Amino acid sequence: MDNIVEMRVSNLSFFYGKTRVLKDISMDIYKNKVTAVIGPSGCGKSTFIRLFNRMNDLILNTRAEGSIYLGGEDILSQRTDVVSLRRKVGMVFQKPNPFPKSIFRNISYGLEVNNIKNREYIEERVTRALKDAALWDEIKIRINDNALMLSGGQQQRLCIARCLAVEPEVILFDEPCASLDPISTKKIEDLITELKKDYTIVIVTHNMQQAARVSDYTAFLYLGELVEYGTTEKLFTVPTNPRTEEYLSGKFG
Amino acid sequence: MNRAKVTEKIGFFMLFLCILITVLFLGIILYFVTVRGLRVISWEFLTQPPRSGMTEGGVAPAIIGTLFLTLGAVLFALPLGLACAIYLNEYTPKNIIVNILRISINNLAGVPSVVFGLFGLAIFVKFFGFGVSILSGSLTLGILILPGIISASQEALASIPQSFREASLALGATKWQTIRRVVLPSSLSGILTGVILSIGRAAGETAPIIFTAAAFYLRGYPRSILSEVMALPYHIYGLMTEGTHPEQQTQIAYGCALILMFLVLLISAVAIYFRQKQRRIHYG
Repeated sequence: MDNIVEMRVSNLSFFYGKTRVLKDISMDIYKNKVTAVIGPSGCGKSTFIRLFNRMNDLILNTRAEGSIYLGGEDILSQRTDVVSLRRKVGMVFQKPNPFPKSIFRNISYGLEVNNIKNREYIEERVTRALKDAALWDEIKIRINDNALMLSGGQQQRLCIARCLAVEPEVILFDEPCASLDPISTKKIEDLITELKKDYTIVIVTHNMQQAARVSDYTAFLYLGELVEYGTTEKLFTVPTNPRTEEYLSGKFG
Repeated sequence: MNRAKVTEKIGFFMLFLCILITVLFLGIILYFVTVRGLRVISWEFLTQPPRSGMTEGGVAPAIIGTLFLTLGAVLFALPLGLACAIYLNEYTPKNIIVNILRISINNLAGVPSVVFGLFGLAIFVKFFGFGVSILSGSLTLGILILPGIISASQEALASIPQSFREASLALGATKWQTIRRVVLPSSLSGILTGVILSIGRAAGETAPIIFTAAAFYLRGYPRSILSEVMALPYHIYGLMTEGTHPEQQTQIAYGCALILMFLVLLISAVAIYFRQKQRRIHYG
């Protein structure tokens, strides 16, 4: 296959204090593909992808071993500039978390903190981000309204737009539909399929059907171990590991 | 009616009674001060300096003095207190040292105000050589209200959901950008509540300014921040303890008390206005 490796995870372990919650994970994340990370609650899925943009730095008493390479650079290194890393690796969170600002200001925020000052350019980028996040038609007439007035699904698409405006290379989705209704979920899933043309996407989900629907590759994590990783088609039809098969058939999880 | 319902009725009644008693006392104080104060309040009373041994004229210099002292105290304590709160809440890990600092700050709030007065005398008046002045008084009052501003600000900062900070950081904002653009604007209404309470405290305190700023009688108005000033609370104290015309002086004291209450209300109203404006922006 002609897949380009965007990120390479190599012998990655992670510790909360003395507890090892991720165990020696190695895998490649491919460019312009959707990679799903599935597994039962508490298996370390979120912890795993929060290492990709160093979000776990906010939690005290944690430690990572091993490496994650992005563009030849180990992002877990002490020397990594976390701020510029996060501009390359964006994140959409489990619960929609728009700022208590206007819709416009929510999106322009990421540009403003990147020292972009040209108003016309900012407006253009905001509009494009909202269009790309399939939100433009719904909110174009009230772009200066408070973002908290939007519905949960709209808020989540706003958060996606906010992330797109910064033009990252990789977007991490941490259970983006966990708090949404089925229709909003459908919209987000369609959006993810659309976005992979321009972005590399990693999505954590506890919903196996969702992984099957949106992803090209799936990683099954269980108790901090990478049990199986491969194309979604293969993993869901002919899993090689018996534990994967048991999980997929609903024996545990 | 069964037992539980009766108990509930009695419970509600008791709570209502407590509210009633509280409001009653507040009402009595307001009524008493207003009725007695209004007798002496006139345009002259608000705009003229005292004359004839404090029995005639007005209390304008004391009003000006209290305004200066209060604003000075807030100008000094707000930036400093906010900086402390930001440091404690955003930049330090939650460990034992931070807890000790926090407990110390809260204890500082319990120190009697006259102790702050003595401290101000020793440090600002004598050591720094600011003399008995608006500057010394403002700084002393500022230190007095500092703990309140720090605690209120810190609580306001702590109430901001972590998800706002995460969202901002994930977009490539630095920690300071996150604090300045997301955390502070969202917590402003809580911080301003702390400021409002502090204004009342600073305007009304007498003991801290006796040694550091206030004079019972001055001819004319302060010329600079290094001048002594008259101040309403101290003027009330003076009127009730010195002088030779206790009856007229008592009336004037009530007038001063009314103005003091009104002044606190006025300054608070400005802060409340900003707070409401902020809330509208933030919560639609």
